[in-house]
Amino acid sequence: MAIAGYVVGATKGFIYLRGEYKHLQEPLQRDIDTMRASGRLGTSIRGAPGFDFDVEIHMGAGGYVCGEGTAQVESLEGKPGRPRVRPPSMVSVGYLGKPTVVDNVETLAHCTEIAVDGGASFAKRGTKTSTGTKLVSVSGDCERPGVYEYQFGVTIGRILQDCGAPAAVTAVQIGGASGVLVTPDEFSRRIAFEDISTAGAFMIFGPDRDIFEVARNFAHFFAHESCGFCTPCRVGTAIQRNIMEKIAEGRGSNYEVNDLKRLAEFMKRTSHCGLGETAGNAVRDALNKFRPAFERRLRARDFAPAISLEAALEPARRITARDDADAHLDVEG
Amino acid sequence: MDNEFTIDEQPVPFVPGQTILEAAKAAGYYIPHLCFQPDFKRHGGCKLCTVLVNGRTQTACTHKAAVGQEVDVNTPELNAMRRSLVQMLFIEGNHFCPACEKSGACQLQALGYEYEMMSPHFVELYPHREVDATHPDVMIDFNRCILCELCVRASRDVDHKEIFAVAGRGLDAKLIINSPTGKLGDSAFAVADRAAQVCPVGAIVIKRVGFATAIGDRPYDREPISAEAESCELPEVR
Ligand code: SF4
Ligand code: SF4
Ligand code: FES
Repeated sequence: MAIAGYVVGATKGFIYLRGEYKHLQEPLQRDIDTMRASGRLGTSIRGAPGFDFDVEIHMGAGGYVCGEGTAQVESLEGKPGRPRVRPPSMVSVGYLGKPTVVDNVETLAHCTEIAVDGGASFAKRGTKTSTGTKLVSVSGDCERPGVYEYQFGVTIGRILQDCGAPAAVTAVQIGGASGVLVTPDEFSRRIAFEDISTAGAFMIFGPDRDIFEVARNFAHFFAHESCGFCTPCRVGTAIQRNIMEKIAEGRGSNYEVNDLKRLAEFMKRTSHCGLGETAGNAVRDALNKFRPAFERRLRARDFAPAISLEAALEPARRITARDDADAHLDVEG
Repeated sequence: MDNEFTIDEQPVPFVPGQTILEAAKAAGYYIPHLCFQPDFKRHGGCKLCTVLVNGRTQTACTHKAAVGQEVDVNTPELNAMRRSLVQMLFIEGNHFCPACEKSGACQLQALGYEYEMMSPHFVELYPHREVDATHPDVMIDFNRCILCELCVRASRDVDHKEIFAVAGRGLDAKLIINSPTGKLGDSAFAVADRAAQVCPVGAIVIKRVGFATAIGDRPYDREPISAEAESCELPEVR
């Protein structure tokens, strides 16, 4: 970070730590203090006059959208994490209106690597268009979850093997909730910008997982994480969640399935930021690749109402004091 | 052909710095909008003004016009998107137009007509929301608030009072009032505030002047909202 600061002429850096990682605050602060004490942060770093740079930890309250650069800077300023309108971009108008570089810790760590070993050595690893290494954060159904470092170009199958995933994996969600759902026939695909590009999340779903439930979870996740700024994401994610609930309750039909597809496309086209644009991906992928998981829950081929018509007649029966056979529907509607 | 772009293949001139929406308005071309009013800082949240700029979706109220841009506005596909947006705003709140004082002068309702919304399409959410009638001159019906933040901006940037803000995220996002009790009556809000005049729907309603113009005789009863292309003023109701 200090190197990045030196290069762009910045004197101040922030580490944005989400509330969920509060336990890391203390050790991180200790490391920063050690660096300052040894002259690697502060003024005239390493005795170089004018090389002034210091780092402060900023705790976030925990919001998925704060991973978006402009929302993160809003949050840094003490405001709710809502993505800004672009342009202007962060590099011209960022934190407190000043030019700002927003990068992942991983990217900054690579800078050090490149500064020490040179670009050529860095470029030796990985593939032609995706040089270097990538941290992959493996979770889910496997024996050894954790953070792995791979050269770009590694296959999904290789990662599964290394982390001790079961033989019959149902699917892997790569890139987190906004990412892509990958099925076994695609396990020879590679982690690289030219194939599956990801920030590193790698979620394994074993043989007993029901992909409908996975998608339903993601739908809840997005309804919860939408910042609420724009109409399509604020309302669209809630509608998506409600449709998934309707299907889960056994009241779904092909109509809902088609509506989910339309909704995913609609949110992608009209949302304000990446959260809304990708909020329908997980459900759409699950639908395209695991259609039977949805189909076996569908009640009717064409349409089923959200409420029970039979139950809805109850007040009318009470008012008219009727309970004969004709006051009931034959089929539960 | 300097400082010119096209909307639906028609040439439209612009002044550098103007947004697509501003340039379109100046040229008498209608692009729908809800959270935009010319006097206030851009917001870009309602997404009604979504257009295609060289094939990519953009909000016309925030996107700057540029030489040679090809902008699509009035296409069946975009209009279908706008209809979905209006439907979403309807089902998110509780809008019973026949009982609403704003009916006929409401931009949301007018856009419903404009984009041929014949049904809500989505299942209504029927949220539980309150009415705040504590202020002597103005009432707020949160059931009809569409979170356009026009009152937020008007109160902050014109009235310099900061009476309104939006708190919470997702569907929990709601308009809150800056007063010790959270009630409008205990705030510094005044009927003469600009913020009392900007609500595009029937959420902020001024008391004792309702129905001066009969329903059926109000601006959007007489002309569709797309007819007000040149003027971006809110229509006078009362
Ligand atoms: S605010 Fe507009 S859309 Fe809502 S009830 Fe009133 S007239 Fe209808
Ligand atoms: S009260 Fe009216 S002006 Fe204020 S945010 Fe709601 S809809 Fe917009
Ligand atoms: S008018 Fe452009 S987003 Fe609302």
